[in-house]
Amino acid sequence: MSEALPQKRLRIKFTKENALRYIGHLDLHHIWQRSIRRAGLPLIYSQGFHPQPKIQIASALPLGFSSKSEVVDIWISPEAEYSLEELQKNLPEGVKISSIEEVDLHAPALQTQGDYAEYLVTLLDETPADELDLKLASLMDAESLMREKKKKKRGKVRTFDLRTLILELRRLPSEGENERIYMRFVAREGATGRPDMILKEMEVPIETTRIERTALVFK
Amino acid sequence: MLTPNQIEARLERVLLSVQKPGRYVGGEYNAIHKNWNSIKTKVALLFPDIYDLGISNVGLKILYDQINQRDDALAERAYLPWLDFEEVMRENEIPLYALESKNPLANFDIIGITIPYETLYTNTLNALDLSGIPLKTANRNEEHPLIIAGGHTGTNPEPMHAFIDAYVVGEGEEVIHDIVEEVARSKSANESRAELLFALSQITGVYVPSLYEVEYQDDGTIAVTKPTVEGVPSHIMKRIVAKLPPPPTNFIVPNIKTVHNRATVEVMRGCTRGCRFCHAGFTTRPVRERSVEEVLDAAEKAIASTGYEELSFLSLSSSDYTGIAELVEAVNERFPDEKLSISLPSLRIESVSLDLMEGLKKRRSAGFTLAPEAATERMRRIINKFITDEQLLNTAREIYQRGWTTIKLYFMIGHPSETLEDVEAIVDLSQKVLKEGRKAIGGRAKLNLSVGTFAPKPQTSFQWVSVDTFEQINAKQDLLKKKLGRGIRLSWTEPEDTMIESFLSRGDRRLSDVILSAWRNGAKFDAWGDQRRYETWMNAFTEHDLDPTFYTHRQRRVDEIFPWEHISTAVHKKFIFRDYQESLEGKIRVDCREQCFACGILPIFKDMRRDNPGKGWMCPEVKPKKIRKMKELAVEPL
Repeated sequence: MSEALPQKRLRIKFTKENALRYIGHLDLHHIWQRSIRRAGLPLIYSQGFHPQPKIQIASALPLGFSSKSEVVDIWISPEAEYSLEELQKNLPEGVKISSIEEVDLHAPALQTQGDYAEYLVTLLDETPADELDLKLASLMDAESLMREKKKKKRGKVRTFDLRTLILELRRLPSEGENERIYMRFVAREGATGRPDMILKEMEVPIETTRIERTALVFK
Repeated sequence: MLTPNQIEARLERVLLSVQKPGRYVGGEYNAIHKNWNSIKTKVALLFPDIYDLGISNVGLKILYDQINQRDDALAERAYLPWLDFEEVMRENEIPLYALESKNPLANFDIIGITIPYETLYTNTLNALDLSGIPLKTANRNEEHPLIIAGGHTGTNPEPMHAFIDAYVVGEGEEVIHDIVEEVARSKSANESRAELLFALSQITGVYVPSLYEVEYQDDGTIAVTKPTVEGVPSHIMKRIVAKLPPPPTNFIVPNIKTVHNRATVEVMRGCTRGCRFCHAGFTTRPVRERSVEEVLDAAEKAIASTGYEELSFLSLSSSDYTGIAELVEAVNERFPDEKLSISLPSLRIESVSLDLMEGLKKRRSAGFTLAPEAATERMRRIINKFITDEQLLNTAREIYQRGWTTIKLYFMIGHPSETLEDVEAIVDLSQKVLKEGRKAIGGRAKLNLSVGTFAPKPQTSFQWVSVDTFEQINAKQDLLKKKLGRGIRLSWTEPEDTMIESFLSRGDRRLSDVILSAWRNGAKFDAWGDQRRYETWMNAFTEHDLDPTFYTHRQRRVDEIFPWEHISTAVHKKFIFRDYQESLEGKIRVDCREQCFACGILPIFKDMRRDNPGKGWMCPEVKPKKIRKMKELAVEPL
């Protein structure tokens, strides 16, 4: 392999909201790629037969979730001048940058550094508060919640303990008509909890909720 | 009617239950959001198929750009939902809405539908139905949007006459402004629907079907199509622009993967080759070119404003663009970015094409497409696309030698008077091409063979001929499948698709009932092979006591009056007929840049040509008025 080109690595924190809720992880990659090109920043490409732009999104957000707390690392030419405003101008509505910082080229990949994530789940249908509290408490009180998960490839079934992924589940004080739930999960590589897992336990259809990732915290 | 907020609230509850919800939410970069309440004329531009296909339609990109440049008008976009979302929409009473503001389509003043091909007819009805708008012109009033349509089907609008208020024949860049202004004026003046339709019929290039009636002969052919209202023109001349306006460059960049997701610049319009089967070749005359400088500037702007990694230069025949060599050279200078891939579609089978592709070498793709269309000299003379086998083989050899591993050959079966021997020649020629590849690069050489079936089109030299029958098509396709042998991948058109295309493209007004019945009984997405319902179509013909073979397999009389007789593409019927006769005699007509054959374009558009002298147009120059007058004066006796 040839020697790596001189480059610098930028860490961008951003939101993913509105229409972008319905855009998947891979498509978000392309959105970043094109937005960066529009902003005139020369992206660094991987070496090899099918060079790919070096863009790493920290944690895939499931389709339909919005987020206030996404992170992406991008690699660009070291001499390139960037500004938050210029990059922001070139992003579709729904992506708002909150910060850009230069990070060490040799810092570990974002995907390996996750610790936990926080979510706000809004229930669009009316649900009695005490019923909610009961369900959440029973999940929190469980010693273990052994569940099965099908691996995508070859349909192999894997067992995991959902309870170990849950850090906190709590109904928030009512605000307006809709009940809201705060959820906090482990978000480590290979061990990630998600609100839809809890909603499934509670038999709440995902279409009747609005889910937002409010924080993604790294080690 | 639902408000945008109500629509969004309902969407939120259903979008996660459908495939690819990103199709239905808008929010793309470069989409234009104007203030709904402060804009007078609101236009919804609709492509009657799913987002993934419609978003790349260049016609709608142009109209979106043109309308949104106006301060007094806005344009938004709409596409059809895929089957799963349609079901959800109907269940939840969500009307078809525009992606920008989420307003229901019924709230717009104008719905502009592009119908580039006939298999979108049922989808067009579906779109109106999903919008809650009466399907038939006759049932709509002042409260409903004006339904206009355009695109290539405009050269025979009759099958859709009952559903479309006004059909644009020809190019949209200028006429859309006339229509917007007329609708605004009519609205301010509180005019009736009838008054508006009459006003629209006065615009060149606009056909208002409800102001005409058709009389039939006993044998079912047309006796006459004539206006029913005084002051309405008896013939509709297509609209063209004298000079191609600056192309759009602020393309909407979809957030999801779509077909042809790239920046495009149209380098020229029209084609001088005169292939007899080619609808576009006949109906997009005259040839007008953009300058290399203008093309490059547009390309630069488009890349900068979209961030696309792919750029495509559009035309019917890239190698015929006057500045093609200069363009390719300049492209490499102007776009040193190696990550940008550039494509030149529709290259001629000449080594010059190879040089051009090699000019873009860094960005080379694996495949190279050549379209000989026919494999025998006799057929090539009939269709007026003349190349020799030798030319084809030489070019193919060079393509493989220069490092492309795959060639795609495009042929058509079903040209007039074609025999099984002509089809067998396709097999022989394809095998010879692959053999060249094997000689050059061995087993890596690949050949993909795509064999379409010819469907005769209105306003072309073959508008008189029958399409092949099922039996003929099956025999020809069987022969191909059997004889082709290993190593060549064959794709073909299902005969049912060819039949549907055929009866719709040369249909008359009676087909409106057939289309309506077919749609009511479930026909939609006819262009999607797995959705096509041939039986439904046949039942619809039976229901209305019509015979599909009247439209498909009937050789037209030479003096037949066509359903599209009153629609003019400015190419004389006499010229088209002569060209058809010459086809029967196997006479070649050379590229009309070499010699003008007086097809009719120049006399009709002579003023435009005079005002646009020079190389922009491929037609011969028209002398300035002054000089002509002086000559006239000179011969006047004293």
